[in-house]
Amino acid sequence: MQAINSNTQARSVNLPWRLIVGLGVILLLIIISYIRSPQITTAVLSSTLRQSTPIILGALAGIFCERSGVVNIGIEGMMLMSAYMGFMFNVWTGNLLLAIVGTLLVGALIGAFHALMSITLKVDQVIGGTVINILATGLTGYFYQQGLTTSGKLQTITIPVLSDLPIVGPVLFTNPPITYAAIFLVVIVHLVLFKTRWGLRTRAVGEHPAAADTVGIRVNFVRYVNVIIGGMFAALAGAFLTLEAVGTFERGMTNGRGFVSLAVMIFGKWTPFGSWGGALLFGFANGVQTQIQFLQSQLPSWLAWLGQIPNQFIGMLPYLLTIIVLAGFVGRSRGPAASGKVYSKE
Amino acid sequence: MERVEAQAPKPPNKSNWISSYLFPALYAAIVPVMAVIVALIIGAIIIALSGSNPLVAYKELLIGAVGSPRAIQRTLERATPLIFGGLALTLAFKAGLFNIGAQGQLILGAILAGWIGYIFTDLPAIVHIPLALAIGALVGALYGAIPGFLKAYSGAHEVIVTIMLNYIAGNLTDYLSNGPWKDRARGNVVARTPKIAESAEIPSLGDILPFDISILNNIPLGAVLAGLVAIFVWWLINKSTLGFEMRTVGENPHAAQYAGISVKRITIIAMLLSGLLAGLGGAVETLGVNGRFEPGTNAGLGFNAITIALLARVHPIGVIPAALLIGMMQAGGALMQFNAKVAIEIIDIVQALILFFVAADILIRKMLRMRKSEGGLNLSGGWGGS
Amino acid sequence: MTASISESPIVLEARNVTKTFPGVIANQDVNLTLRRGEILTLLGENGAGKTTLMNILYGLYHQDSGEILVRGEVVRITGPADSIRRGIGMVHQHFMLVPVFTVAENIILGSETTKGLMLDLDSARQEIRNLSHQYGLDVDPDALVEDLSVGQQQRVEIIKALYRKADILILDEPTAVLTPQEAEDLFKVIRTLTKEGVSVIFISHKLKEVLAISDRIMVLRRGRVVGEADPKTATERSLAELMVGRDVVLEVEKGPANPKEVVISVKNLVVHDDRDQVAVDNVSFEIRAGEVLGIAGVQGNGQTELVEALTGLRPTKGGQVNIAGQDLTGAKPRQIFEAGVGHVPEDRQEDGLVMSYSIADNMVLNTYYRKPFAKRGVLNEQAVREQATRLVKEFDVRTPSPFVPVSTLSGGNKQKVIIARELSRPLKLLIASQPTRGVDVGSIEFIHKSIIAQRDQGVAVMVVSAELDEVMALSDRIAVMYKGKIVAVVPAAEATRERLGLLMAGITHEEPQPVAS
Repeated sequence: MQAINSNTQARSVNLPWRLIVGLGVILLLIIISYIRSPQITTAVLSSTLRQSTPIILGALAGIFCERSGVVNIGIEGMMLMSAYMGFMFNVWTGNLLLAIVGTLLVGALIGAFHALMSITLKVDQVIGGTVINILATGLTGYFYQQGLTTSGKLQTITIPVLSDLPIVGPVLFTNPPITYAAIFLVVIVHLVLFKTRWGLRTRAVGEHPAAADTVGIRVNFVRYVNVIIGGMFAALAGAFLTLEAVGTFERGMTNGRGFVSLAVMIFGKWTPFGSWGGALLFGFANGVQTQIQFLQSQLPSWLAWLGQIPNQFIGMLPYLLTIIVLAGFVGRSRGPAASGKVYSKE
Repeated sequence: MERVEAQAPKPPNKSNWISSYLFPALYAAIVPVMAVIVALIIGAIIIALSGSNPLVAYKELLIGAVGSPRAIQRTLERATPLIFGGLALTLAFKAGLFNIGAQGQLILGAILAGWIGYIFTDLPAIVHIPLALAIGALVGALYGAIPGFLKAYSGAHEVIVTIMLNYIAGNLTDYLSNGPWKDRARGNVVARTPKIAESAEIPSLGDILPFDISILNNIPLGAVLAGLVAIFVWWLINKSTLGFEMRTVGENPHAAQYAGISVKRITIIAMLLSGLLAGLGGAVETLGVNGRFEPGTNAGLGFNAITIALLARVHPIGVIPAALLIGMMQAGGALMQFNAKVAIEIIDIVQALILFFVAADILIRKMLRMRKSEGGLNLSGGWGGS
Repeated sequence: MTASISESPIVLEARNVTKTFPGVIANQDVNLTLRRGEILTLLGENGAGKTTLMNILYGLYHQDSGEILVRGEVVRITGPADSIRRGIGMVHQHFMLVPVFTVAENIILGSETTKGLMLDLDSARQEIRNLSHQYGLDVDPDALVEDLSVGQQQRVEIIKALYRKADILILDEPTAVLTPQEAEDLFKVIRTLTKEGVSVIFISHKLKEVLAISDRIMVLRRGRVVGEADPKTATERSLAELMVGRDVVLEVEKGPANPKEVVISVKNLVVHDDRDQVAVDNVSFEIRAGEVLGIAGVQGNGQTELVEALTGLRPTKGGQVNIAGQDLTGAKPRQIFEAGVGHVPEDRQEDGLVMSYSIADNMVLNTYYRKPFAKRGVLNEQAVREQATRLVKEFDVRTPSPFVPVSTLSGGNKQKVIIARELSRPLKLLIASQPTRGVDVGSIEFIHKSIIAQRDQGVAVMVVSAELDEVMALSDRIAVMYKGKIVAVVPAAEATRERLGLLMAGITHEEPQPVAS
């Protein structure tokens, strides 16, 4: 018993230590790189943050679902469907705020559909998610029309004073609204999950549904609500793509971000902040990839070799990273114990 | 997924195949057939809502699929890689694995077979075709073994790993077909590999049969191969010790370990064999249908394969009719799009609906007042460990 | 005392409660009354319907017919939330605690105190400390439940009920996981509770403790109440007869052992558990051909890990295992099995059987690859069928056919399938873990006889059981495990319940040592 206790303590003491060292090293690298080529560093870093936005939102969607015990590999489809609907709402109403609200409702609906499949109909949850993914590809492809125009997309909000700071200003304080919202939501989700009654119940339901049931918590109700909330987060990620980042819809535009989100969630041990770290890592991989393509001609000599690599190989980077992360971290991190299991009393 | 066998206990009397195989098969077909019907009805509603006539659309689809010998041939050609894909998924499902990566394994098999197909120009067909098929299958097998290996030794869930590998395979084939293996023929601007040598083309049945029966002439030999492989897979799963091991791991990995079966070894072998089947499917498609590899032509095949395997109730022989059905939709889709002005993506929607109703068989069973199925697939036991 | 209880008001009553599950009558016309401050014991074998009845009272199931009255009022208990509101608390056999939560989080779950939007754990901690003091239930509110001992977890469960102001407490097999001494502590707590006016329903199948703690005993058999007994006049024998419905043979008929050469020798074995903590700590022992070594101990003291290591299911971290002359340290399950080791696993549903497979396929689960069941990788179904037909008859497996899924069998018959499979080949060593858990009395006798028959044929046998009676009945020597160590090996003839009980609590000397918890 004592051995176990000292062990847990050792763990909780070691972790922030390593975190601080890690963050310090990253900071140092950023400063060195900034000194050598300020423009590229700033471009890559702000690209990192924006690229990480749909991924962290997707991961938060995954956290809500899995913490309550429902595996959701349909996040990809949820994002795609919402990206499409967000775009269409923008076309129809011409009002970006309405478009976002509409998208969130669509996300809630798809979330409810996933909950229906995995909780009420007891469909295998991986298959259920696959249904959503295929359905989203089919529906968005079928109803997709070319040549639609909108009144525009969400614009950058520059925060006065703070945005004038070097690096930090252009990277952190010169962003469009969903990017700000994502950072804000990481904190909110952390508080909800670990500090509120709803969060406690959610985690209980995901870890030991029978225990929750015996103290009068309605397991399936909690799961329904969380999966619906998860759908709304995935929808926000979709809205980011069509209403903030690109401005239009393209077939299959989510490009695996939903799946990457799940890997990031596992990497982050099902916690919002951990997942955010993972999302930033992927954002960075994506940022490097896009910036290399953009700035090929302007690359300084010490980075010129990057420009020689064929696009397709640079494009593999995030996917390779996902596999490495999964293979490296899954074995060591423990997910919610009841995730993926249908709960029934008899 | 053993529920069919479970409902109809195998009698010791071997001779009575009607009661031991046919009746259970017919019983097992009720839910999938109903699922297809309901999905088609909902598909019709969607077509009607978008302003077209669903009856016309389905009629054109049917004509395009089976309306002429050429149409039937096209359906068979389309169905062939689908059979391989469906078998790949089925085999993995039996071992409790969800190989969404059939897509990636298949396109790698397709491009490698295409490469073997065009770099050799003076091989006899009897050597060239098997060689290209074997290389395609081998590449698929190796690519499938990667997620198997990662699952066995690190616990990384095969679903996410194979999806990532699909994207990587996509990038890799894009690079090859637009780079070192690009078709340098005059006037070609698109990314594709050169046309394969004639000696690598899989012939139709009519080309090799010594006699001439017109209905057989148009049957692609690849489809025949697919049928034979389906029978082999059925035998492998049900009659071999390896199949016993795979089923045991799929049903209860703890009991498998207790019984001295290495869960790790079986996980890798099952993924390897699954990838082999997918790679073979890709090779057959290149050598028998497309004649070259071109990115995009096999898009969505991996997802179709999921639908097919589940529609077949994870039974290798059932994969054949299920793949023929999806093959019909694909073959007829073009004509439908052209004549009825209905976007071909409706097929994806119908497929997703089929998948939904097969997976949520509780709905169909309630409709038909059939009894609840026992057990079923369980793939989603979290992301960690085995 | 007794007089005052029989006059105190009835707080809970069940009238003609019937509950059926598909194919099973779990409860039939059950009547029950519980008075304020009373300890009522429900006695019955596994599967007699005790737990079902309690789950009905707690609102987890709903009865098909009959009435439940709480404090004289007919109620329909709609669920756990409802029963909590009516003052009914339950400590389940398998604890309903979230392992990764702290004690305080577990206790407040479902009845959380909040400050604004946020959880208020401070006031919960205070309340928990108050309850701890009041009833002598010492536990740290901030400890993680997964780090607590079983006895401590049980205390958390009781506080959880008291925190919800329960005055009717249902304890489902609370002593199954405790040492006799820990059970004694629990009884003290129960007596304190009843003095404060709490009524307790105590579920058990252990006759001795039932006689010690109860005010009144109700016996259930096959879902019916078959009798009531007064603990002052009842004896173990009379209760046992009521429980099983006939004279019970508490002892297994067997001749003296005739031990020969050493079959298994274990030296300094170290094994870790799933959390990589030492579970088997430097264990050494030998078993000879023709003798039964029983492993006694409270569950969770390393028995499971020991068996898993010996059968190749868990890696060893140190030491040596020698079976039938071969060094099989860290060998794979199949190598060990090939050396002539039979294994009846602890969890038959999980490890021993594939539920969707037929009895026939389960009968060859670990021999499928050998002749005659397979040749060059091809299964011989004829041989599998013949073997199944023969073993079903030989081992008296009650089934309509050897080709139905094994999931359709009762617990006892499932266990017989495993026993048949393991004993159907020549063995040198048989390792049987909890061989009769959840098995009916008839099957128990059959399984015990089969095990002794193996011994008499010269097989070395190791029996691990949580039932002290079973270990004592079967063994020639008894090894007691405590915290991963074998604290003593006692010849069966010299073993008494009391002595084994002390050993199971880690007390090896005459003067009791403080038990670290």
